[in-house]
Amino acid sequence: MYPNEKLSEEKVFKDPVHRYVHVRDKVIWDLIGTKEFQRLRRIKQLGTTYLTFHGAEHSRFNHSLGVYEIVRRIVDDVFAGRADWDENERLLCLCAALLHDLGHGPFSHSFEKVFHLDHEQFTRAIILGDTEVNAVLRRVSLDFPKKVAEVIAKTYENKLVVSLISSQIDADRMDYLLRDAYYTGVSYGHFDMERILRVMRPREEQVVIKRSGMHAVEDYIMSRYQMYWQVYFHPVTRSAEVILTKILHRAKHLYLTGYTFQTPPVHFQSLFHGHAQLEDYLKLDEAVTLFYFQQWQEERDAILSDLCRRFMNRNLFKYVEFQPTNEEMKKLMELTTLFKKAGIDPDYYLVVDSSSDLPYDFYRPGEEEERLPIYLLMPSGELRELSRESTIVDAISGKRRTDHKLYFPQDFLDDLSTKRNVKKKIKQLLYE
Amino acid sequence: MLFEHAKMLKALAAVGEIVGRKKLQKMIYIAKKMNFPFYEKFDFHFYGPYSEELTLRIEELCNVGFVQEMREKKGGYYQYRYALTEAGEQFLTHYNLDMPDLDVCLRSLNEQSARFLELVSTILYFEDLSKDEVKEKVFTLKSKQRYTEEEIEEAYRYIEQLREQAYIKS
Repeated sequence: MYPNEKLSEEKVFKDPVHRYVHVRDKVIWDLIGTKEFQRLRRIKQLGTTYLTFHGAEHSRFNHSLGVYEIVRRIVDDVFAGRADWDENERLLCLCAALLHDLGHGPFSHSFEKVFHLDHEQFTRAIILGDTEVNAVLRRVSLDFPKKVAEVIAKTYENKLVVSLISSQIDADRMDYLLRDAYYTGVSYGHFDMERILRVMRPREEQVVIKRSGMHAVEDYIMSRYQMYWQVYFHPVTRSAEVILTKILHRAKHLYLTGYTFQTPPVHFQSLFHGHAQLEDYLKLDEAVTLFYFQQWQEERDAILSDLCRRFMNRNLFKYVEFQPTNEEMKKLMELTTLFKKAGIDPDYYLVVDSSSDLPYDFYRPGEEEERLPIYLLMPSGELRELSRESTIVDAISGKRRTDHKLYFPQDFLDDLSTKRNVKKKIKQLLYE
Repeated sequence: MLFEHAKMLKALAAVGEIVGRKKLQKMIYIAKKMNFPFYEKFDFHFYGPYSEELTLRIEELCNVGFVQEMREKKGGYYQYRYALTEAGEQFLTHYNLDMPDLDVCLRSLNEQSARFLELVSTILYFEDLSKDEVKEKVFTLKSKQRYTEEEIEEAYRYIEQLREQAYIKS
């Protein structure tokens, strides 16, 4: 029977984070071989972060295998034989772990923001549509693709299964923290995953952690906190994101207003029209996107070519801290007017970027039924929310730090050959 | 720039005060589903559609003093009340946001209970499914809330009413 079919010999992928990723199930091996899964090799896990941390070239393919491996270890080595764990859900967990990021596109975050896309809808469309992935899943059973899609969408009836892939201490987060720390080369981000896996216990609604493992979880929460501020919210990476977003806005604007491109945006057309088709979406990866950016450096439109040159050559915007108080807002209005006077379009060259514009989240204790928190399993059998036991977690999940920055092209302002006085005034306002 | 923040303030200005984080989340989600221009990304969590982006945005607005968050103990947990501050009102004057239809929609939503809005938002989340499938989802995913057939029917009627309002006014 296909669902239980094992490979004659176990396959292993060498992995710098987990040492080895082990594959024994034929279904998993077949899924890895599909073209939709192979496409993930051409999508970087951390988008524009490689412009800040040059090692961050790892892909969603690496990460997906990593999430699969963590879930495999949990279900095979920790959960097997325990009460509350249904062995029949094993393959579903493995497939959902492997495929959870399948719908990510190139530089996902910027694309989603500009074109109002949702990668999770594409994940669902790939799993349920006429694709190689769907063909593999259907061989398990006709309703298996739907189940996998439901687990990833967090709408599957077995909440324990969902929580392995998506909760505040899930395989997805554990892999990306360790992997991103490894590839960026930063020293924070490391925690004792083996220990956490050993103290995980299945419960009806979610995975819980034995009280004795609290310190390992504290370390995980601290890693998460530090990675957010040191890597994910890095101001230089955000500058690259800002430019990328503006390239997409500009290209869309030009396309919709009838501009004649030297390199027409063939692969972007359905996105520009607001009805992205799966077939088109799957053709769009980071290699294709960067090809356009490379070509558009030569476009006649001064804004598009400049933004593309900035992105390709890492000539990014500079920034100053910005608190959107009413006083600062008045200053921003004044800056907008001065940018126009200086001949620098503020729609593309004066940008406020906020921490809420970024996709990563912090640990939340889940007060008032927001999201399920991490629960510790006390020796008495009682469950207690993590921040009520841990003073460290309580301290960092209280009032949260938020952040806004104002980005602009310093080199334009330094060029005093034109509009000298206006530019001087702008710099004065920015740095006062 | 900061346009999405301004829209959130506008929403609070329309209703005066929103009691409860869950209620706030569900109100914005439902308004988004009624085609009002909110772009926060929502996905399904244990208590229905939830947006981390929205949570962060509200935190930012609280941190700069445009929104006042009041925390009060209620039973075993804390409840939060959100209201626009004077500084927030002043910030809004920088934006030309005239959305009378949104005001009507949000006021109506704010009159409903958080429990009912959780049901409405869950139904909207699964609106691509048939009514029977939606009911099954509600009964399995929301088993602890013990929603009744009548409540589900009432939620469908309410959604219809919201859609008519949005349609008539647009």
